[in-house]
Parts: sequence; structure tokens; C-alpha cells
Amino acid sequence: MVVAGAEVSTSPRPAVGRLSENIASVGTSEFRDNSWTIELFRQPLLDLYPLSTNFAMADIDVKVASWKLVEVGRLVLIRSGPYEGKLAAIVEIVDHRRVLVDGPSTEEKKIVPRHVLPLAHATLTHFTIPQLPRAAGTGPVKKLWAKNEIDGKWAKSSFAQRTDRAERRKNLSDFERFKVLRLRKQARYEVQKSHAKVRASAKA
Amino acid sequence: MSDGQTKQFGKSQRVVPADKAQKWYPVDDQSQPKKVRKTLRPAKVRETLVPGTILILLAGRFRGKRVILLKSLDQGVLLVTGPFKINGVPLRRVNARYVIATSKKVDISGLDAKTIEKVSAPGYFTKDKKAEKKTEEAFFKQGEKAEKKVVASARASDQKAIDQTILASIKKEDFLGSYLATTFSLRNGDKPHEMKW
Repeated sequence: MVVAGAEVSTSPRPAVGRLSENIASVGTSEFRDNSWTIELFRQPLLDLYPLSTNFAMADIDVKVASWKLVEVGRLVLIRSGPYEGKLAAIVEIVDHRRVLVDGPSTEEKKIVPRHVLPLAHATLTHFTIPQLPRAAGTGPVKKLWAKNEIDGKWAKSSFAQRTDRAERRKNLSDFERFKVLRLRKQARYEVQKSHAKVRASAKA
Repeated sequence: MSDGQTKQFGKSQRVVPADKAQKWYPVDDQSQPKKVRKTLRPAKVRETLVPGTILILLAGRFRGKRVILLKSLDQGVLLVTGPFKINGVPLRRVNARYVIATSKKVDISGLDAKTIEKVSAPGYFTKDKKAEKKTEEAFFKQGEKAEKKVVASARASDQKAIDQTILASIKKEDFLGSYLATTFSLRNGDKPHEMKW
């Protein structure tokens, strides 16, 4: 029944409707205990994998999973070596372990020269340059890179934002660290104050 | 050496030196004292230790305190102040080795140069000799009342004169006063060698 590379979901219209209901109920339920978080995840899981699965009765809805493939045009994040943390596009697949990558970024600092990269040193990203010709030279790759606005898209991704933030935090001076501490404390105080107000009004 | 005189001995003659060689000589070798080839050079302070820098003290009674560097004195000693009103650290000399210099600097340009010079003079921090010697009578009186230590009024006024201008410039920036008031400490997972200061 299970097709390779595809997710099989049974039971009529699972998860989604229930999930949103659960999220909606979060706001009204009490904030004090964490039981709602468990409730949130338990319900859809049961729906996804019912204990008594009757395949004959349910309408089976086969949907191709969106795998991130090693393919020409796929953007990879380099995780080790001299270009660690930079983005490059797969231009050609050398063999099952290595690919030829090229990262002609518009920003000088983020350029990755064309080289063969072991896939063990790369993480596949969700982004691709569609219709990148096989073994395209750096010139065409650069043009398509700019046209697809890869740098902008990557900067907006949560991964890039998280790493940027971490980097920034790491480079704070002692006085800046102190200011962060104080400002976070102030923000927390405001949040707690408004929570207390809501709680007090709910009781009354 | 004088020539000495030539004397006739039978057929031949020879020169008899005026001052003869010593008949006796010391049996032991006399050790020659070593020549010291070191020179006392003024200590070279780190580049980061510029007057006005906020320092973190790492050792001594005021460890963890954030203080302001006023001047570097001889042989790697630094003159610092709390300011006293903010964190209780008085005008004080500290070893430059036991200090972390942060990148934060306070404007101390308005400081009175004369008082700084007075404070950094060699004898300023040394203890005064006790005017009255301990007598037997004083020894027996000890149990009655402990003499309270009084801060020399000159020292207190110097402290005030220096801190006054610094406090004014500290007030201009948000969080700076409370930053100086809090002590530094490492938390879980802090890696001081990887931190920027």
C-alpha cells in the first residue's frame, strides 16, 4: 500500500480541521497548566493513525511528498569547509556522494566558487533555481540566481534569520549583553502584567 | 710597570723587576659577582587599557566589579575608580593582569589633571605611620571600645572631585549607571574565552 516517496493518509479529511479547532481552543483554555499542549498533539495523531484502519471504506488519497531532491538547480547550504554557512546551487551531479556546486551570490562576501562538494558537507534547502541547465557556467548561474532573487529569499528564511541572530548575539559586547538582559526583563514584566490583568478579569 | 734595574750575576746579568710578583696567592678561586644585564623598563600596558575604559576586576576584594580606568601607573598598575557612589569602589590601584578591559568607554576628558597627578604620586596610597605608639595602657583599654576607622578627609574629597565629572558623563547614557552598579559573573554555559568584551 505504501508507495515509495509518497505519503499515504487514510480516514476522511484528517487532521487539518481538528488542528485548527484545537488551536482556537488554546486561547480560551487556562494558561496555568500545560495540559493543552498535550491535547493539541494527541488528537490529530490519533486521527492520522486510527487504531482500526479500514482501508476498504476510507477513500485513499495519495499525495506525492515534497522531498528535497539532489537535483540540478537545488540550493544547498554548505556545512563544513572553507565555505561553511554559505549557499550554493547544484550545477552537476558528479556521483552519488559528490556534486558540482557554484554560488555566484550578488554579495561579495557570500560568493562560493565553483567546486566539487561532498554531499555529506551539504544540507539541502527548500529553494531551487528552476530550469537551471545541466552544467551551466558561472555566468548563466549568476544571471538565474539574480533573477530568482535567491539571496533575498534565503535572507527571509527562518534558518538564515536564526543564524544571523545567533551571530549577532555572539558578537555583543559586555555592555550590550547587559542592555539586552535589562530590556528583556522590562518586556517580560509588561507581558506578565497584561496576563495578570486578563486573569483577574476572567476570575471576576 | 716600572722597569726595575739590571743587575750583574757573575758573567751574566738580568733585570730585576722593581715590584716583585706576589709570593703568596689565594688557594681558592674567588667568585666574580655576576653582572646584571637586565634593565628596569617602564611596563607596557595593553592597547585596550585606555583611560576611560570600563574594566571588570577579576581578583581581590572588589572582584566582579565594573570600574573606570583613570590612568595607568608604573609597572602595570592601574588607577581606577568605581565611581564610589555607584558601586562602592574607591580610588584604587589594581594589577593590570587581573582585569578585563571592555570595549565600553566613558568620557573622562573633563577630569581635573591636578588631582589625578596628586593621587598617582608614589606615596599617596601608602599607610601613614601611626602617630602614637601602642602603649601598655592602650592595650588594656582595647576591650572597652574599638576605635572607629576614619577615612582621611583629604582622600574623601579627592574621591569626590574625581567622581563628580565622571558621574555627570555616566548619567548621559541609559543603563550605564546600572551597568556599573552590577557585578559581573559567569553563568551556566558562558565561555569567557569566546566572549566579546
